Amino acid sequence: MPGKLKVKIVAGRHLPVMDRASDLTDAFVEVKFGNTTFKTDVYPKSLNPQWNSEWFKFEVDDEELQDEPLQITVLDHDTYSANDAIGKVYIDIDPLLYSEAATVISGWFPIYDTIHGIRGEINVVVKVDLFNDLNRFRQSSCGVKFFCTTSIPKCYRAVVIHGFVEELVVNEDPEYQWIDRIRTPRASNEARQRLISLMSGELQRKIGLKVLEMRGNAVVGYLQCFDLEGESGLVVRAIGTACTLDKLSSTSAFLPACNSPSKEMKEIPFNEDPNPNTHSSGPSTPLKNQTYSFSPSKSYSRQSSSSDTDLSLTPKTGMGSGSAGKEGGPFKALLRQQTQSALEQREFPFFTLTSFPPGFLVHVGGVVSARSVKLLDRIHNPDEPETRDAWWAEIRQEIKSHAKALGCHAVVGYSESTSICEEVCILSASGTAAVLNPRFLQDGTMEGCLDQRIEETSPAGCGFCHIPYDELNMPFPAHLTYCYNCRKQKVPDVLFTTIDLPVEAMVIGKGCLIQARLCRLKKKAQAEANATVISNLLPFMEYEVHTQLMNKLKLRGMNALFGLRIQISVGENMLVGLASATGVYLTALPTPGGIQIAGKTPNDGTYEQHISHMQKKINDTIAKNKEIYEINPPEIPEEIIGSPIPEPRQRSKLLRSQSESSDEVTELDLSHGKKDAFVLEIDDTDAMEDVHSLLTDAPPPPGFYSCNTEIMPGINNWTPEIQMFTSVRVSRLSNITLTNQMLNKNFNDLCENLLKSLYFKLRSMIPCCLCHVNFTVALPEDELIQVAVTAVAITFDKNQALQTSKVPAEKSLQRASTDNEEQLQFPLELCSDPLASQPFSPAKEVLESASSHTGIPAAQRVASLDKASPLAEGHARHRSVPCSTNSTVTVVKMTPLSFIPGAKITKYLGIINMFFIRETTSLREEGGVSGFLHAFIAEVFAMVRAHVAALGGNAVVSYIMKQCVFMENPNKNQAQCLVNVSGDAVIFVRESELEMVPVQSSTVISQPTSAGGDVTT
Amino acid sequence: MTNDLDIFVGNTTLIDEEVYQLWLDGYSVSEAVSQRLRAGALEQPGAGPGAGPGAVLHSDTLDHYRTCHMLERLLHAPPKLAHQLLFQIPPERQAGLIQRYYAFDEPFVRELLGKKLSKGTKKDLDDVSAKTGITLKSCRRQFDNFKRVFKAVEELRGPLVDNIQQHFLLPDRLARDYAAIVFFANSRFETGKKKLQYLSFRDFAACAQHLIQHWTLGAVDSHVDDMDVDLDKEFLQELKELKVLVADKDLLDQHKSLVCTALRGKISVYNEMETNFKNLSRGLVNIACKLTHAKDLRDFFVDLVEKFIEPCKADRWPPSDMRLFLTQYTGSAHALDAFRHQALWDRYMNTVTACLLQMYHD
Repeated sequence: MPGKLKVKIVAGRHLPVMDRASDLTDAFVEVKFGNTTFKTDVYPKSLNPQWNSEWFKFEVDDEELQDEPLQITVLDHDTYSANDAIGKVYIDIDPLLYSEAATVISGWFPIYDTIHGIRGEINVVVKVDLFNDLNRFRQSSCGVKFFCTTSIPKCYRAVVIHGFVEELVVNEDPEYQWIDRIRTPRASNEARQRLISLMSGELQRKIGLKVLEMRGNAVVGYLQCFDLEGESGLVVRAIGTACTLDKLSSTSAFLPACNSPSKEMKEIPFNEDPNPNTHSSGPSTPLKNQTYSFSPSKSYSRQSSSSDTDLSLTPKTGMGSGSAGKEGGPFKALLRQQTQSALEQREFPFFTLTSFPPGFLVHVGGVVSARSVKLLDRIHNPDEPETRDAWWAEIRQEIKSHAKALGCHAVVGYSESTSICEEVCILSASGTAAVLNPRFLQDGTMEGCLDQRIEETSPAGCGFCHIPYDELNMPFPAHLTYCYNCRKQKVPDVLFTTIDLPVEAMVIGKGCLIQARLCRLKKKAQAEANATVISNLLPFMEYEVHTQLMNKLKLRGMNALFGLRIQISVGENMLVGLASATGVYLTALPTPGGIQIAGKTPNDGTYEQHISHMQKKINDTIAKNKEIYEINPPEIPEEIIGSPIPEPRQRSKLLRSQSESSDEVTELDLSHGKKDAFVLEIDDTDAMEDVHSLLTDAPPPPGFYSCNTEIMPGINNWTPEIQMFTSVRVSRLSNITLTNQMLNKNFNDLCENLLKSLYFKLRSMIPCCLCHVNFTVALPEDELIQVAVTAVAITFDKNQALQTSKVPAEKSLQRASTDNEEQLQFPLELCSDPLASQPFSPAKEVLESASSHTGIPAAQRVASLDKASPLAEGHARHRSVPCSTNSTVTVVKMTPLSFIPGAKITKYLGIINMFFIRETTSLREEGGVSGFLHAFIAEVFAMVRAHVAALGGNAVVSYIMKQCVFMENPNKNQAQCLVNVSGDAVIFVRESELEMVPVQSSTVISQPTSAGGDVTT
Repeated sequence: MTNDLDIFVGNTTLIDEEVYQLWLDGYSVSEAVSQRLRAGALEQPGAGPGAGPGAVLHSDTLDHYRTCHMLERLLHAPPKLAHQLLFQIPPERQAGLIQRYYAFDEPFVRELLGKKLSKGTKKDLDDVSAKTGITLKSCRRQFDNFKRVFKAVEELRGPLVDNIQQHFLLPDRLARDYAAIVFFANSRFETGKKKLQYLSFRDFAACAQHLIQHWTLGAVDSHVDDMDVDLDKEFLQELKELKVLVADKDLLDQHKSLVCTALRGKISVYNEMETNFKNLSRGLVNIACKLTHAKDLRDFFVDLVEKFIEPCKADRWPPSDMRLFLTQYTGSAHALDAFRHQALWDRYMNTVTACLLQMYHD
């Protein structure tokens, strides 16, 4: 009996009028946890009741604490008839169950009703007293921390990254369970909300248990999803990465200056500094000096490895590179250490993380993905979710074998998703095959390998690009060259990944959002026939999506994709594929060739003319894009002075001739036996359409950049203004005979117009970048396509952007060991003033350099800084903050990113995971579908903010809208929408404020209220 | 292909100033779109090349209009805006939204000044709309604003302007204007007569401010209900005592000679003043004496124009001369030994002087 939950109902405000006669309300509150219910007194005739209740105490075991949500129902007392419910609040008390998170939940919560939306607010205080329970066989996992963030959270250090954890629970959906009875939709929706709340609690507890078993203490990159399988039930599943995390402030020996902002600067992901010297927080990539030679699994074949049923189809997708090549020979002996042993013990060496501590990622193989089509059947026994488990196990097994084929022992940036239509379900999983450094994967190895250096062959900036597979036994045709950076290892010509751009990666110019969009008509069919049709279509869709991505990448003059996410959704009569990724130019990879168009009928004069016209257009576009994204890779010089290996000299000439020829794509040197340029054969009108559609993607208007990764390469001077938004569009396809081409065009227009609208909406933020642009597509009904986008717009400083974008280019020039002064002069001049280059850091930089010179211990350093800083002013500023917050609501920032520009996250308060259903029977009166959904999304934001504020936080990071299921029935004037969102509640402090009061940073951490106030100023 | 549903929701609620104004002005979405197109919204940065003609604008405008509709409920009780959780709007933006929502068109309010804020008046707004060229929608919003403020402060204690500021979070000047509107609506002063057409809302607002400051209950006692809305009945009753100034022939002559002596050579219309003195004085004192009658009180401004401003205008008095005359006229009464209502006289004349000076123009 290890816990006591205490709840106090303080007051309500802005309640709706429940009694028409008096225009007032007689409100009281029911507080329910588990099977226990308490009630407050009725506060008569008021819209702003002051209950000021006693503490309601629930004595429960911690298993219940983890599973159950706290349910607060506000009702209107009615003497003669049944009491009317005003609305409900569900509070997840999980953040109170581990010591480092929130200690109290206290604040105003919107009272929510599935029909009326938000109806006033209620002030609640919740506390938990936990008693230590040493029972080893306990069923709870209190104390395991959960993070949605897909990187190591900012104020923690990863001691061990244990690996993949997954779990799923199933239940019957109350919506369908009670469908035959007389029951209002509201009742079943409320039952659903309650059930899902309960199920996610249970799921989280079970995952926590697995983490404890692995001897971890946290789950990072926690992703929980719901599958509304309709009649066959409800599945809640989650994946994550188990870790042992260490709070930075507690390990002063390892990172003495964890509270000092000077170190923090190095950890901020957007401070992209390829100079390895600055990675002072740890050794760059130590490896054990053990070697192993990799031999590819011979059993690997291109065919689907899952042989389960005829319905299961899993197209192979090793998206590594494009054109063929067999250059090189057995030049490279793959030196590898025994990471295998650590990973092979694991069933699935998967990691849901997308960005990693420096040195974690050794090599990246490419994207691996698997899909499977399943027929849903009723879940007969909710306690035995084996079928669903088996389905996922099968897919994961396949992913694992794909990774193996790429010479990789792990999969990073791993994610899973489903798309359901009627009784058919597509399960998808994807990730990036990778070779990892064992340092983080095992207990106790940490200290031992601190001093070991990585082999010379893997420099920090390009090591991850080097191929992990054996070039003699390549799993797919690829065109290998020597790394353009270190010239020692082989790299592919193109690299596709699902992860974020590694911090150490060297990039030229800026990145951009690249999307492949595709629709395919499908015959309407039932059950198995339907599944077979879908299975047959999938490989073609995958292929086309891949081709589109490749073409669009080349069109932008780039050579790598990060954050790739391919979504294939199934509808009644079509399939839709949407792939989003961020294209960049990696300096380590060869310059991409252009796109060459080849006609099939060369004798036709006008046709030739047409082809050459198109070719010109494509070439122009490539040139324009290179300008827009500032892709100006250095010419590889004739003489590589000081090149580490003399051998490649000759080779470099060869490379050069290739890269030059790529500029003039019309010239094809066939004598090489391979095509440098990517050839598009136009053999029918379809292909023509494809080429046309390539050119329809408009670049973002001047002043805008966009990417779907956390950080935008080439921009690192963010200003603090951020604006997170969700935009949803549902488009009705015209009733004319649908063709694939028409569909493609419509879908393409839908996405393009949506992007255009976003740019227009956010024009006041110019210059700005849309980060983490996350598109989701669904086919809710025949002829309806729904696209939802969540992203964050971040402003940046334009002048400095220009300058900083030059820096990587300049650095890479240095790396290529040129001393061509003419080229260097301009960037060097701009860089000579470090104070101007980094808006937030000048003071810190000075501070750090000073301290490193004198060698003062950290404590003294802080003290001396104390004296030097304008302390009085800082104190005054700090004091003034809370007074200003009294009157207004705490401002809560929301962002899909794991960080807040210009700010330091000082505390993680717990995970936010909320599920809402909203319904209406008066759709027209509420402003139609747009009015209905607009209000609902705004309400969802409001409820997330209120929960964060009640936890004492002032921001939610890694926010994601995982589901937005919208259904309408205009004839009945009805609509319904389900939304599932999650994120991490945090406290952040502005860096400017840290600078003002550096000594106070520790007190700020312990004072959520004062930190919470700063954003309102 | 048509968009069935098209929404954009920001964590910080975005409201385009320009669209907000178009919405306030009562334009329909399509009217607003064409206005924005004309204003060159698409040439702004961010519009991008090849944006479908108006499609982006249409979607953007619709979106803002929806947000405005949702906000409107909160704008009806501005203090709620600061405490609600639905829209995250920075405080300074909130203030701006409220201010713009409660801002009104002076030609419109001029039409409505002194009218009862009743359903009947609201029904006639289409005439006002036609006359002023302000959309009916906007007229209705402004009318509802007046009525809402009126209802809210009607029976409150304390200074009117303060009450309005507290309940509607309006800036000082706007709160003062609303005080004037409430004051006029409550006292139902006649402002619609043809003779008064030349007067603007600003003129009346200034007069209302003088009346509120000096003639209401609040001027003597600041702790009564309706202190700034209702005129001080006792004071109006006492004003009858001033009758002696024109009824007593000696007193009238004495008053005239004092004024004439003081003004000789100082004003350009001396002769006209001398001939007209008794008429003017009778006019002003008679107005004072009749203020107890509701009907005459309503005609206060009409009477001021008829009895004083028109004769002066006929004789082409320069405003500076009128100021001098009124100062002397008020001051000289103190020198009349037989006249004992000095304080009452000052309270009356100072306000009337201020009003007359405000109203004396073309």
